Amino acid sequence: MWPPPSSSAPAGTRTCSAGAGFWRTRSWGQPYLQAPAGAELWVWFQDTVSDVDKAWNDLSNILSGIFCASLNFIDSTNTIIPTASFKPLGLVNVTDHRFLRYAILPREVVCTENLTPWKKLLPCSSKAGLAVLLKAERLFHSSYHSQAVHIRPICRDKSCLSLSWELRQILTVVFDSFASAQGKKDWSFLKIFSRTLTEACPLASQSKVYVDISSKTEEQELLDVSPAPLSVYEASVQGDRRTYAVYDLLNPALFNTSRNLNVLLKWKRPQDNLGLAVPVLHAQRYVSGYGLQTGEISTLVYNTHPYRAFPVLLLETVPWYLRLYIHTLTIITKGKENKPSYIHYQPAQDRKRPHLLEMLIQLPANSVTKINIQFERALLKWTEYTPDPNHGFYVSPSVLSALVPSTIAIKEEDEEIKPLFASLFPSFDGSSYFVRLYTEPLLVNLPTPDFSMPYNVICLTCTVVAVCYGSFYNLLTRTFHVEEPKRGGLAKRLANIIRKMRGVPPL
Amino acid sequence: NITFLSIKVRVCLVTLKKKNHLCFDILLIFFSFKLTDILTAIALYLAVQDYNKVLFKKQKLLIELDKYAPDATELIQTPMEMYYIPLKVALFYLLNPYTVLSCVAKSTCAINNAIIAFFILATIKGSTFLSAIFLALATYQSLYPLTLFAPALLYLLQRQFISIKMKSKEFWLYTVQYAGLYLGSLIVIICLSFFLLNSWDFIPSVYGFILSVPDLTPNVGLFWYFFAEMFEHFSLFFVCVFQINVFFYTIPLALKLKEHPIFFMFVQLAIISIFKSYPTVGDIALYMAFLPLWSHLYQFLRNVFILSCVLIVCSLLFPVLWHLWIYAGSANSNFYYAITLTFNVGQIFLISDYFYAFLQREYYLTHGIHLIRKDRTDPVLVLK
Repeated sequence: MWPPPSSSAPAGTRTCSAGAGFWRTRSWGQPYLQAPAGAELWVWFQDTVSDVDKAWNDLSNILSGIFCASLNFIDSTNTIIPTASFKPLGLVNVTDHRFLRYAILPREVVCTENLTPWKKLLPCSSKAGLAVLLKAERLFHSSYHSQAVHIRPICRDKSCLSLSWELRQILTVVFDSFASAQGKKDWSFLKIFSRTLTEACPLASQSKVYVDISSKTEEQELLDVSPAPLSVYEASVQGDRRTYAVYDLLNPALFNTSRNLNVLLKWKRPQDNLGLAVPVLHAQRYVSGYGLQTGEISTLVYNTHPYRAFPVLLLETVPWYLRLYIHTLTIITKGKENKPSYIHYQPAQDRKRPHLLEMLIQLPANSVTKINIQFERALLKWTEYTPDPNHGFYVSPSVLSALVPSTIAIKEEDEEIKPLFASLFPSFDGSSYFVRLYTEPLLVNLPTPDFSMPYNVICLTCTVVAVCYGSFYNLLTRTFHVEEPKRGGLAKRLANIIRKMRGVPPL
Repeated sequence: NITFLSIKVRVCLVTLKKKNHLCFDILLIFFSFKLTDILTAIALYLAVQDYNKVLFKKQKLLIELDKYAPDATELIQTPMEMYYIPLKVALFYLLNPYTVLSCVAKSTCAINNAIIAFFILATIKGSTFLSAIFLALATYQSLYPLTLFAPALLYLLQRQFISIKMKSKEFWLYTVQYAGLYLGSLIVIICLSFFLLNSWDFIPSVYGFILSVPDLTPNVGLFWYFFAEMFEHFSLFFVCVFQINVFFYTIPLALKLKEHPIFFMFVQLAIISIFKSYPTVGDIALYMAFLPLWSHLYQFLRNVFILSCVLIVCSLLFPVLWHLWIYAGSANSNFYYAITLTFNVGQIFLISDYFYAFLQREYYLTHGIHLIRKDRTDPVLVLK
């Protein structure tokens, strides 16, 4: 079903994700793998590809078919070539960004029809293993849902003589149990998914459930998980020490007492609002200004690290119908101008390509950086508006990529016992970890023509042109003459005949 | 203008302490636009002054040759009347609210106007070479001044006392020379751009942009709403129909106004400013600057009062309806469109009124102002 990557498809590494809802980084903490609202696709093509744009177009159409998503709407108006924000995953030595293509469709929402093909890629589909929990009617009854597929080349074995392709499928769901269960924070598999786990997928070599049971305060145990975990795993993930209860579905001891696994988490005492720690890096974005002529996009990037400054790569894609004024770009940190050390700006072309703005900005410790840029809204042709034009147009989320310094020392762990998800957050030199964040998509209103009167406009404007033509035609083709007296109309002639008969002088 | 300038200077002086560098830039840009406008006005002043001299000589010659009707003397322009015309033209350009607006908006239209003014000056002074170069520059910038080739050629021919006859060898020689100079300098400028950029991409980006009208930002012209509401498959046809308007009237006008190339130039400038794809008020200011030159036509204008009212009211309503549509949201695009339509109708009638008056005056000059009818009743002059 999946096109064999090494032979027919020329893609090196590719990532395709789709999300619904927005990950609230500030209140939910750092996402494990955030997908932007809408659909995102980025591909590094192999350097043997001659026509990258054609390959990109073909690939997006194929993926659109496979995932039943509207990825076929990807065209030159929403495709960009980032120069620094994206690096190839896995064993690829292509670094020329001409082979990279990136696109976000912010309007696209993920739904059941995308989930089904995604589940079919799993070895046991949704018949066995962890995937039995993934019931659409529960998954989409959530605050956030995203699904992603990553493909990358990896070493087949330790000697790394031959290549393998790794297909990684990621599903992120946020259930707000506090809101849905009348103020109770306790949850269980049965409550969330209305399913329990009964067996591992027979084809799986690893099938594990990790439950985060880490508590902030060391002395008090706040949580209680049942059944009691057979093992506990401690790890440092994203600059934070976490404790996980591990349930290995391949371990027969797990199904000894009961036939199914229903993980239940209980809070020991009623919780006063104990939110997660505010993540080191988070961002938000909004549009300001009034009226339909101009506006301003503001991005706020927060660094809450107490003493470390770090750089962040910001990637902005703005559709062509918002005309950015790059000279109004201001980056202000703590009241002072912050000069980006790298700027790549590619202006838009009407109906051809979007604006691309990539910047490397240094974020000082414990600071808020405000990035402002003004734009003007274009008037489009009436056929270019969406069916619901006064709803507004979506602007794709901006992408922040950063190596965030961790607040604690990350200890190097053995590759073998590391859980699979830990490989998503490789730590660099033990003191920092990589984070990619997406801001909110924006909704911008554009001025609209009156859709109901194309005929009237055509008629009226053509009349004006015709008036001009008529008056010039008159003046150009005719010459002046003195008007000679007319012989008069029929009435006058009749009157004159009567006057003649009466013997009165004619008119 | 002076008030605007002083406000700007004051604002700049306030911000001077904070943003020394930026303020300097703003002042520089502002002064450069102001300077461009002043140069345009000076060029127009000199051009009109010279034209008046030529006109006076021509009038004298025609009187001596008995070409005018004996009772048409009251229509002949006197040097007293003509004395203030150059100053009026310059002031009409500088003090026109449209010029002020385009200067404050820092519109590049000011540069285009300056080049056209220099072209008119060079033409009236009789310099073939400079005239061709400035015309090439203007064409290079916005394409439409291409049509000014015809009036310039007619004027230069007239100045060189070359009669416009198809069989005359001198006529063809001069035409080829002027066209060669014009095309040559145009090719040189375009090639310079090519060497600067090392690609031909600028041709579709500049001229394609002017001709195919992809940008539908509302302006004072006829194009934007028409093409925003156009059906996709008729779009190309109507683009052609609308673009042809600028070029379409040139040849008939050249035939009709063979003897009066400067009036032809004025009409052509007005047609450009009405039918160009992205018109601005600065374009209107340029042709309106010539109105004092035709002050002797005033007595023949039929509805100048109504038309000036229409133009003034429309100019005042533009910002009002724009605000209602874009900011208040209480009106829609049709309101603003209606005003652009009225404004353009007003402009068209104004130009045709001047054209009518010009032709009528010419008729009276040759046939006498006291026309005689067969039955000795009041004469009525009609177009037939």
